[in-house]
Amino acid sequence: MHHVIIGAGPAGVIAAETLRRSDAGARVTLLGDESERPYSRMAIPYLLAEDIAEAGTHLRHGEGHYEGHGIEVRKGRARSVNPAGNTLTLADGDTLSYDRLLVASGSHTVRPPIEGADLGRIENCWTLADARRIMAGTPRGSKVVLMGAGFIGCIILEALVARGVDLTVVELADRMLARMMDDSGGDMIKRWCEGKGVKVLTSTRVTALGEADGGIRLHLDGGAPSITADLVVCATGVAPNVDFLEGSGVEIDDGVLVDDRLRTNVDGIYAAGDVAQGPSFPTGAREVHAIQPTASEHGRIAARNMAGHDTPYRGSLSMNVLNTLGLVSSSFGVWMGLEGGDRAVASDPARFKYLRLEFDEDRIVGALAIGLTQHVGVIRGLVQTQVPLGAWKDVLLKDPHRVMDAYLDCTQASAA
Amino acid sequence: MSWQRRILRVNLSEGRAQVEALNMEWARDFLGERGLATKYLMENMDPSADPLGPDNVLIFATGPLSGTMASTSGRYAVVTKGPLTGAIACSNSGGKFGAELKFAGYDLLLLEGRAQRPVYLHVVDDLVEILPADEIWGASVWDTDAWLKQRHQNPQLKVAAVGVAGERGVKFACVVNDLHRAAGRSGVGAVMGSKNLKAIAVHGSVGVKVDDPKRFMQAVKETKAVLWDNAGRAELERVGTNAMIDVMQEFGGLPTRNFREVQFEGVENINPSAMSARKANGHTNLLTNKACFGCTIACGRIAHIDKEHFTVVNRREYWHASGGLEYETAYAFGPVVGVDDLDALTFAGYMMNEHGMDPISFGVTLAAAMELYEMGVITKEDTDGIALNFGSAEALAVMAEKTGKHEGFGQVLGLGSKRLCEKYGHPELFMGVKGQEFAGYDSRALQGMGLGYATSNRGACHLKHDMFAEDMEDQTGQGKAKPCKDSQDRVAAVDSTGLCLFTTGAWGLEEFAAQLDAACEGEWTAERLTMVGERVWNLERQFNLAAGLTRADDTLPRRLLETPAPSGTGKGRVNELDVMLPEYYEARGWTPDGEPTTQTLQRLGLVSL
Amino acid sequence: MHKSLLIDPQKCTSCLQCEMACSFEHEGAFNPAKSRIKVFEFEHGARAIPYTCTQCDEAWCMHACPVEAITLDAATGAKVVHEETCVGCKVCTIACPFGTVNYNADTGKVVKCDLCGGDPQCAEACPTGAITYVDASWTGYERMRSWAERLDAGA
Repeated sequence: MHHVIIGAGPAGVIAAETLRRSDAGARVTLLGDESERPYSRMAIPYLLAEDIAEAGTHLRHGEGHYEGHGIEVRKGRARSVNPAGNTLTLADGDTLSYDRLLVASGSHTVRPPIEGADLGRIENCWTLADARRIMAGTPRGSKVVLMGAGFIGCIILEALVARGVDLTVVELADRMLARMMDDSGGDMIKRWCEGKGVKVLTSTRVTALGEADGGIRLHLDGGAPSITADLVVCATGVAPNVDFLEGSGVEIDDGVLVDDRLRTNVDGIYAAGDVAQGPSFPTGAREVHAIQPTASEHGRIAARNMAGHDTPYRGSLSMNVLNTLGLVSSSFGVWMGLEGGDRAVASDPARFKYLRLEFDEDRIVGALAIGLTQHVGVIRGLVQTQVPLGAWKDVLLKDPHRVMDAYLDCTQASAA
Repeated sequence: MSWQRRILRVNLSEGRAQVEALNMEWARDFLGERGLATKYLMENMDPSADPLGPDNVLIFATGPLSGTMASTSGRYAVVTKGPLTGAIACSNSGGKFGAELKFAGYDLLLLEGRAQRPVYLHVVDDLVEILPADEIWGASVWDTDAWLKQRHQNPQLKVAAVGVAGERGVKFACVVNDLHRAAGRSGVGAVMGSKNLKAIAVHGSVGVKVDDPKRFMQAVKETKAVLWDNAGRAELERVGTNAMIDVMQEFGGLPTRNFREVQFEGVENINPSAMSARKANGHTNLLTNKACFGCTIACGRIAHIDKEHFTVVNRREYWHASGGLEYETAYAFGPVVGVDDLDALTFAGYMMNEHGMDPISFGVTLAAAMELYEMGVITKEDTDGIALNFGSAEALAVMAEKTGKHEGFGQVLGLGSKRLCEKYGHPELFMGVKGQEFAGYDSRALQGMGLGYATSNRGACHLKHDMFAEDMEDQTGQGKAKPCKDSQDRVAAVDSTGLCLFTTGAWGLEEFAAQLDAACEGEWTAERLTMVGERVWNLERQFNLAAGLTRADDTLPRRLLETPAPSGTGKGRVNELDVMLPEYYEARGWTPDGEPTTQTLQRLGLVSL
Repeated sequence: MHKSLLIDPQKCTSCLQCEMACSFEHEGAFNPAKSRIKVFEFEHGARAIPYTCTQCDEAWCMHACPVEAITLDAATGAKVVHEETCVGCKVCTIACPFGTVNYNADTGKVVKCDLCGGDPQCAEACPTGAITYVDASWTGYERMRSWAERLDAGA
């Protein structure tokens, strides 16, 4: 039995390790297209901030970790998959045969289709190589423009400020973190950033990029004066890496469609992580959740199934946690709420505290939080287990911060 | 270390908060909590100031062992000039608030002036905010607690607050923290209310460090074992302080119907057995016991009221559990007013906590009003149509609530017993000292208790000395002066550590010294602690003398000095204060007029005023 | 054989000595705000529930960590945060559905129960036996309780 895994990110590595444990005799090949030991993109901001060295981004730290676990790590990029022959063709022309294939190829950055978007001194912040270029190009005091204030943009924001640059953020949407925060939360985070000396331009479109005095000039819409930067960091979005699946028959929507065993529609081919579009909480709809916990769960569950241990996946939950210059925010599930569901809100804009819970009957389906760092995981627990809160719901409608009490009383007290 | 070495001074008139270094010289001489706060009070105000005026100073003080691993480290003291007594007030509380204040980085919180409008104080480590309290002015302590946690989105906040009683100047209003723990006596809540300060909400994450962690943890472990193995401790855990009601009943020291009697026929309906008994409908009054912060005793009672009981039958908001009867509440809502309806007593306790009042003063004041009512001095016209007969559970429940809300006759009860009795022309019916009502011990049966009551610096109090052993052994006043003085000094020292007096059933000053010595800089011994205690006692006395109190205030009501006890072991006796008091002054090194001699002050390092 | 923390809320008096012991062990100061075990109180203190990590087999936190900063202590079964490796991304804090991994803003790292390397100080400090450290093979709660009662009887 030969398991081939395309992609050496968290989903791929965890799948490889799980396969090693679950299918002791099998051959496991882990294919990665970067010249690095498998690393975590999540850790890149901390590298940029110089909190850690490059080795600190590695997914596994032990010398000889992969060899020791009998995992063949191979550099190479998949070009095409031929399910009929159970083979995979690489960019360098080599062919690999597989018995089971896991597509964990992750995603790539997408730049907006505007003039000058491919100029030099405009960097993505996605790979270690990107990070090295940004570090070289952002000495203390340099002028940096960050395009995009989504989740990834905001993670980088913190790191750029830590580098001591003069930072301006330009975001097309009407608020920061448009997909993770509502208006109140987005405004709170924006105000917080501005208070820390970051210029934030929301509802602002970059219409063109051009060279200017050894730097970059950004032309803005709506008659706003253009701005210049020594370096532009582009965090305007990512898309799944699915090109190589063309012609394979693998069904693709927003990502690779998988079922509750992480199987694609093609026998022997599975998908996991950022590239996969699988069942989700709490609606059951198939969604791409390009987040670390989903990657890790996908990797594990997919590997169990590939090894022949039938293991259903209960679904992924969209959630994020973010530290924006010291302000911690998080989002869970259907934070925008369901139609007809109740909502509990506690907001203290002056002190940058916010909590919003969304209900379906007496169950929590989503939440937003700012300034909450203790026991925040129970929100995931409540959304994922759909614990009926009964009388606690009314308490939470008045004071959502008693969510930990509600959780404990509904889940732990009865066991006692 | 162990002291945070910082105090928080808040001037409410100016709306300004500032952090100051703790005066370590004072800390070495007065230790912490009660002692250190007394020193700060003395140095920061004129003792003759109006207790409810802006010139009074209100201090919340922790001790060096507050917030440490030492057993019972949750204590703090509220020290100010008391409106009930005109003397120094020192009310001590448990729960979790005190330790939290320490964790936020402060040994003491010193409040001066008076806010223009109702405010509350929000303290999270270095963040100190004086914020408008208009939305909670008029709210109960319980609603205030919930509001603050919700307002600040912080369920971890620990809250000390006053209820309507404190806002409206009920003379025995208290400060309630953690819903049902209270700095109960002498009207410290009225002082807080007079400053337009509704509440203090604290969350701390600075933590407390000790000087020699290894030695400290060893000392803690050893003393904790001594405490745990102590039979008295186990009894407190099992039945709570109300174990005393059966003892006092048998002894004949249980003040009944405003001290006309010393034994109460209804005791078995309100004693610990009654609290644990299951009624026909399955209800038990007592639910469980609970501890204050860091406590290895856990004497606290958590009770609930039978939903069918007349006090709550249509009031779902009181169906939840809360603090249950301790001995003093059982006494003050029971024998002294002649009531033996357990759930009515529990309800009265809820009212005290919810609205912020001292149960002892309330109960004894109600007892005086009942006596006046039965004498015909006051009638239903005065009492909002309620018959104030001894034994009326309805009168107890209704008046507890009216007093808490400052409504109707409750406003008169809110004056306290002394002023109420004076108002109706019968000052002799006031059962207390220096304007403060007696706790649940009759000083004809317990002679040393009587001396302690008479000389307590905060007015009648059972917790500023410890004469139980002597009084149970010998029913006369002979030889009580010196032990009373010594125990007062010992208690003053314990009250200055940040630990609970209830440990002293198991610990001597050596156990305190062992923990202090490891936790704090300098050398701490039992002898030094005794000296601290005596110093604190004398400084309190100096405050009172400067406030205008005299020897004449060290006395007991005529009922105890002239009317012999009708039953019990003290039957036929009156309190022998006339013998004990001069001996006491001498033992203290005071003049026959009750003033510390220069020599005494010099010995204690206290400069004469 | 791994041992685990057994919590019996019925015995908890909410004295918080567990929180003090935990913070003292890990932070060198008595500081319940930094404790890895937390006592939650209900209904004016009528009920109290000490709560911390159960070192669950799913190990959501460990699997979610992007930099292998949480590992299994083979001796105790505890999932342990390595501060020097933790980058402070907090993913584990939202991944743990029990909410027992918390972010410490002072250090920029996350904290969770590590069973004190096999000598949990919370259990050591608990005066009433509400928190005990027992053989994990005693899985049934009733067996746990009878075992605890036998311990009490033997004391």
